[in-house]
Amino acid sequence: MTLVQLPTADTRELEPVGEPPPQPRRITARRSLGDRVFAATARTTGSVVLLIVLAIGLFLGWQVAPTVSHYGWGFFTRQEWQPNRDVLGIAAAIVGTVEIAAIALIIAFPLALLSALFVSDWAPPRLRPFLIRVVDLMAAVPSIVFGLWGLMLIEPHAAHVAHWFSKYFGWIPFFKVHTDVDYPVWNQLPGYASYSGSAFIAAIAVSMMVFPMATSVMREVFSQAPQGEKEAAIALGSTHWAMVRTVVIPFGRSGIIGGTMLALGRALGETISVVLIISQAYQVKLNVLESGTQSISALIATSAKEATPSQRSALLAAGFLLFVMTLFVNTIAGNIVSRGRTGAGTEI
Amino acid sequence: MTALPPQASTIPAIGAALHGSAAGTRRRTSARTGDDLRVLIGSGIASLATTWLFYEQVLPLSGKVGFVIAWYVTFLAYYAGTTALVAPRHVVTDRVMTAVVIGAPCLVAVALVSMVLFTVLKGWTALVHLNFYTSDATGVGPLDPLDKGGISHAIVGTLIEIGLAVAIALPLGLATAVYLSEVGGRLSRLVRTVIEAMTALPSIVAGLFVYAVFRTELHMPASGLAAALALSIMGLPIMTRAADVVLRVVPGGLREASYALGAGHWQTVWKVVLPTARPGLATALILGIARMVGETSPLLLTTGASSFFTVNPLHDPMNSLPLYTFTAVTSGEPRFVERGYAAATVLLLLVLILFLIARLVARRREI
Repeated sequence: MTLVQLPTADTRELEPVGEPPPQPRRITARRSLGDRVFAATARTTGSVVLLIVLAIGLFLGWQVAPTVSHYGWGFFTRQEWQPNRDVLGIAAAIVGTVEIAAIALIIAFPLALLSALFVSDWAPPRLRPFLIRVVDLMAAVPSIVFGLWGLMLIEPHAAHVAHWFSKYFGWIPFFKVHTDVDYPVWNQLPGYASYSGSAFIAAIAVSMMVFPMATSVMREVFSQAPQGEKEAAIALGSTHWAMVRTVVIPFGRSGIIGGTMLALGRALGETISVVLIISQAYQVKLNVLESGTQSISALIATSAKEATPSQRSALLAAGFLLFVMTLFVNTIAGNIVSRGRTGAGTEI
Repeated sequence: MTALPPQASTIPAIGAALHGSAAGTRRRTSARTGDDLRVLIGSGIASLATTWLFYEQVLPLSGKVGFVIAWYVTFLAYYAGTTALVAPRHVVTDRVMTAVVIGAPCLVAVALVSMVLFTVLKGWTALVHLNFYTSDATGVGPLDPLDKGGISHAIVGTLIEIGLAVAIALPLGLATAVYLSEVGGRLSRLVRTVIEAMTALPSIVAGLFVYAVFRTELHMPASGLAAALALSIMGLPIMTRAADVVLRVVPGGLREASYALGAGHWQTVWKVVLPTARPGLATALILGIARMVGETSPLLLTTGASSFFTVNPLHDPMNSLPLYTFTAVTSGEPRFVERGYAAATVLLLLVLILFLIARLVARRREI
């Protein structure tokens, strides 16, 4: 009863005309000492982390200056890496890095897309959590294991494939290998040696490393495809594949592109499996099946320990370039993934 | 999925009405018939036979990979052809695409299983010796038999390095994530942007940074601490980002309820937000650790592949499992290479254990 009477009491009090309207009560609470300490601590930690991270970024970026003043702008366009003559250039490493990452994506993209579709739309529901866990576990497999697998188990088979490609498609510049292609691949010279340690074989190992990342991003988006639209497609008489093609894939387009870009970012920076597999060559090479290539990360890993100060800053500048490439790709990927169609489903 | 249960119950009823039987036998809703299975098996056998005949006998081709590819392509052609005899075109497309979609994960599964088996089998001869786990490699040459020496120094080194890296990165990362999602402010947007940018830092560049700054400028010796610093620089942005994502999905209603009950900011974060997010936080952080465990490239530049047992991360070079594996397999000595594969197996096992812990922690949430 009292609750009902309260408003009438209030209005009666407010009735009289001429009095100033009542001020709204201040609702900002006075913060306790604990809260203020907490906020200050959190803010300080955040600033400290920001400073650390910025310092690392700036330190790397700052190394470009001594490098350019010592080796000239040709550092980025030259192929040779001859510390004895004090001539350094990373053009071969840049091209090699991009080649390895691009081939890795060409292999990983269809596998990841189809696997993500399999997990989200074909696999029996009971099997799904298990498959998701396996993909996550695959992402945590150490890169050196992938490298060993690529080097010892895959390379002999991949050399056969490379040989076949160079034999029948050698007229395409990418597939050309400078050797006698009619020579059987199992014969040591000039066959097998020309096909081992190529960008193609390194890319196979890298593709397996980036596969889980691409798959999990794509699967995440596919699984959010509106159930109502899927059922509508089935109800209209479409086959399972037609439903996937018209509902799931268009819905997941942002995930497909974003996941692929994130995988590309990871592929660019991959080090140890590439170091294990490639035969390092300081030469810009477009024939990806041929032995000998280079990547920025492999270059850093193999030559940092013997570097003089000026060479070290050159390597840091190369590392900064790699960082900028990865950052560029990741930023685009992040934007695409977050711009995906959300809240547009028919399900209420 | 909400529409399905009523459907399932009405269809047999309609069927029963049509056939005039009161008993109402349940109609099979599956679209697959026995013919489909026979078409599948028949295409498989026919394509295998055709591929064998042409690939192995008629055409001058060889190689296992080529055979499997040719078989798969022939199978798809047979499957499409036989289906086209009895079904319209869109069903043919559906069947072929299903075969393609199932083929891709199978290929990856073969790759994954072959990789694990290959690593374990190559290292098996070293793995069966107990001394491999209990003794270090002091005074053990690459040519010594496998019942001498082991990798205890690398196992302990990995644990110490990861422990240090986590001790540096975890509190900073967690506090920053709390700052980003719970405190906020104008600066937080900049912090979040920069942290997200730094997740793109390749691990080798983190290693090179530590090498250039701490080891050459500050004259720090090759040590476990330097390795831990490189790993924490790599891991800090990853952990911060993962923890931030988990904290952001804590429902705002819980926070408001806490404030409504009179709790302060700190009490809300400590007693409501963090406990709610704990399983998710644990999973995200353990997965971050699992990634740090397997990193080799930062270790190459920051610490040395020592052969002796050390628990001091400050002075002596400290070996670790990934680094041991790398030096062993690139040595070229058959016995040492076997030890390398065995160390890689132990590393895989360590990652698996971390993963199982993450699963256990995550499962607690469901109860």
